[in-house]
Amino acid sequence: MLEIKDLHASVEGKGILRGINLEVKAGEIHAIMGPNGSGKSTLASVIAGKDEYDVEKGQILLDGQDIEELSAEERAHKGVFLSFQYPIEIPGVSVTNFIKTAINANRKAKGLGDMPAKDMLKMIREKSELLEIDRKFLSRSLNEGFSGGEKKRNEIFQMAMLEPKLAILDETDSGLDIDALRIVANGVNKLKSKDNAVIVITHYQRLLDHIVPDFVHVLYNGRIVKTGTKELAHELEEKGYDWIKEEVEA
Amino acid sequence: MIKYTEDDLREELKTKEYEYGFYTDIESETFPIGLNEDVVRAISKKKEEPEWMTEWRLEAFRIWKEMTEPEWANVHYKKPDFQAIAYYSAPTKMDPNKTLDDVDPDLLAMYKKLGISVDEQKKMNNVAMDIVVDSVSVATTFKKTLGEKGIIFMSISDAIKEHPELVRKYLGTVVPQKDNFYAALNSAVFSDGSFCYIPKGVRCPMELSTYFRINQAGTGQFERTLLIADEGSYVSYLEGCTAPSRDENQLHAAVVELIALDDAEIKYSTVQNWYPGNAEGKGGVYNFVTKRGICETNAKISWTQVETGSAVTWKYPSCILKGDNSVGEFYSIAVTNNYQQADTGTKMIHLGKNTKSTIISKGISAGKSQNSYRGLVQISSRAENARNFSQCDSLLMGNECGAHTFPYIEVKNKSAQIEHEATTSKIGEDQIFYCNQRGIDTEKAIALIVNGFSKEVLNNLPMEFAVEAQKLLEISLEGSVG
Repeated sequence: MLEIKDLHASVEGKGILRGINLEVKAGEIHAIMGPNGSGKSTLASVIAGKDEYDVEKGQILLDGQDIEELSAEERAHKGVFLSFQYPIEIPGVSVTNFIKTAINANRKAKGLGDMPAKDMLKMIREKSELLEIDRKFLSRSLNEGFSGGEKKRNEIFQMAMLEPKLAILDETDSGLDIDALRIVANGVNKLKSKDNAVIVITHYQRLLDHIVPDFVHVLYNGRIVKTGTKELAHELEEKGYDWIKEEVEA
Repeated sequence: MIKYTEDDLREELKTKEYEYGFYTDIESETFPIGLNEDVVRAISKKKEEPEWMTEWRLEAFRIWKEMTEPEWANVHYKKPDFQAIAYYSAPTKMDPNKTLDDVDPDLLAMYKKLGISVDEQKKMNNVAMDIVVDSVSVATTFKKTLGEKGIIFMSISDAIKEHPELVRKYLGTVVPQKDNFYAALNSAVFSDGSFCYIPKGVRCPMELSTYFRINQAGTGQFERTLLIADEGSYVSYLEGCTAPSRDENQLHAAVVELIALDDAEIKYSTVQNWYPGNAEGKGGVYNFVTKRGICETNAKISWTQVETGSAVTWKYPSCILKGDNSVGEFYSIAVTNNYQQADTGTKMIHLGKNTKSTIISKGISAGKSQNSYRGLVQISSRAENARNFSQCDSLLMGNECGAHTFPYIEVKNKSAQIEHEATTSKIGEDQIFYCNQRGIDTEKAIALIVNGFSKEVLNNLPMEFAVEAQKLLEISLEGSVG
């Protein structure tokens, strides 16, 4: 589904990704871990198509197609979803209105008309129940005054509504208490199918107890320096990243 | 309510140009340019006005001659040459009885182009409408239905003839001739406008609406609106405006006076979409308007405005809260793009006890435009327990525009409670990227953000108008973020 080949990217002339190779197949869950500043969030933004990053070398293929030239919204239309580490506030725009606009924009890109209001309401009800979201929450302004946990839950709610092919969860666990973590992880697991894939970016192994990855990659200094199974995450939790750094620099 | 789908919006967004910028070739009678006492007399005579009205105009003209154009507003423009403007222009083919069936077919075609279907208005929508083209009122609908309730809704010219006692009693009582430079000019040369009277205890069953259109070149439009809500009555009034795209600047100097007697309520909404000039700042309407209302005991006046047009706007719809327990409200969205300049806000003058006012102002600036909020909250010494809440929010798009806030507060009574909140924000690349990532393109993202920002004001508009206003906001900001 997603194939990244020798990807180099920079921001304002500063190289951050220095040759990423990664292949994610449908039905898989990949975890990307690594110390601060290793390039995890940059990788997520580059896949999603954020303007300020320059791809200098390499390719990102989605279902075999190079997405380099596609705008962020076109990538979204192709099923790429990014759960933001720091979700953005849009005052005066309700959660419902926002998701409705997003869904209809995606439908339009596929040549479909607006989703009938009845179906939309039904879907909102189902997905909000799945994520144990209060009705009142849906009429609040998007992310405005939300607690850290509410913001993240709202991201996963949007993911549930948009049903993406490839979901990238950028530190979705940060700011979540243990109950919220369980609810969010539970939501992700229920949405998981053999046709979609998830990339989980995290510092901690904690989230991976709930969303169990097929592969764990360690990102360091803009490269994937180690790949393993979920046991690798446990090892990192126990020993930290220093041994990896030493291994790389040795 | 007219159903407005996203496809309509998409179609709408394709037309980047000002869509009302056409000129209709209607036979018109236009006075020669220039202004003196003879012109004032000629206007009055043309309109077959009684002697007192002619004198009132002349008095205003004499005051105006002694005044100088104000310069305190935060706007910069080449001052109009008042001797180079024609002060009267009227479509010639008019039946004095003015039933719609007699209206010039060219005029009707123009209304159609403007999206005003008078016929349909008549049948379907619960909106009674008066239409003012250039200087004169050309069509008033629903007169009969309103008449049954004793409501008078007609052009001010007709009202001067048919209800001189009412006009004479109230005209100039809220905005006197000498009030300011443009009000004085308007008092001398106003050619038409709407008049409305709601009798005691009557709740006007429909929205009353006036549609203003400048058509002829080189003319100024000076309309005068006088609205009287007698004791315990209620009325909701809408006003819309457009003009052809022209290279020269056109002057629009209107006066609106509202009188809300004891326990009456007036809701006055404006969607102002005069031609704003082209992207290089050439042409456009100078909109210098004086709007003011007076509230007697327990009365309420609510101004709602969506200002997207005009090259230069200078406008402060205000409330004099004279009676005890009276309420004044001001909800405003002002959008400026390209080289537009707006200096707009309100004055809330608290004279009575327990008077209350609310000001919600939303300024959106894009391009190289300048957008200023200017407001005065004044609490007089005998206004016990007066309360005001003001909120002024500015939204900036890009790096070349400006937003300014000039709030003035004068309090002479210690029991007053005044709150003022102000915010300035910028549509950020992060907000746009967030929307893009969800599949929403940039134009739509901006529309979404702007509508969210303006929501508190849009919610105060009557439904039919809210949809129109929302579209207008989106069109006005087309292409403003690169």
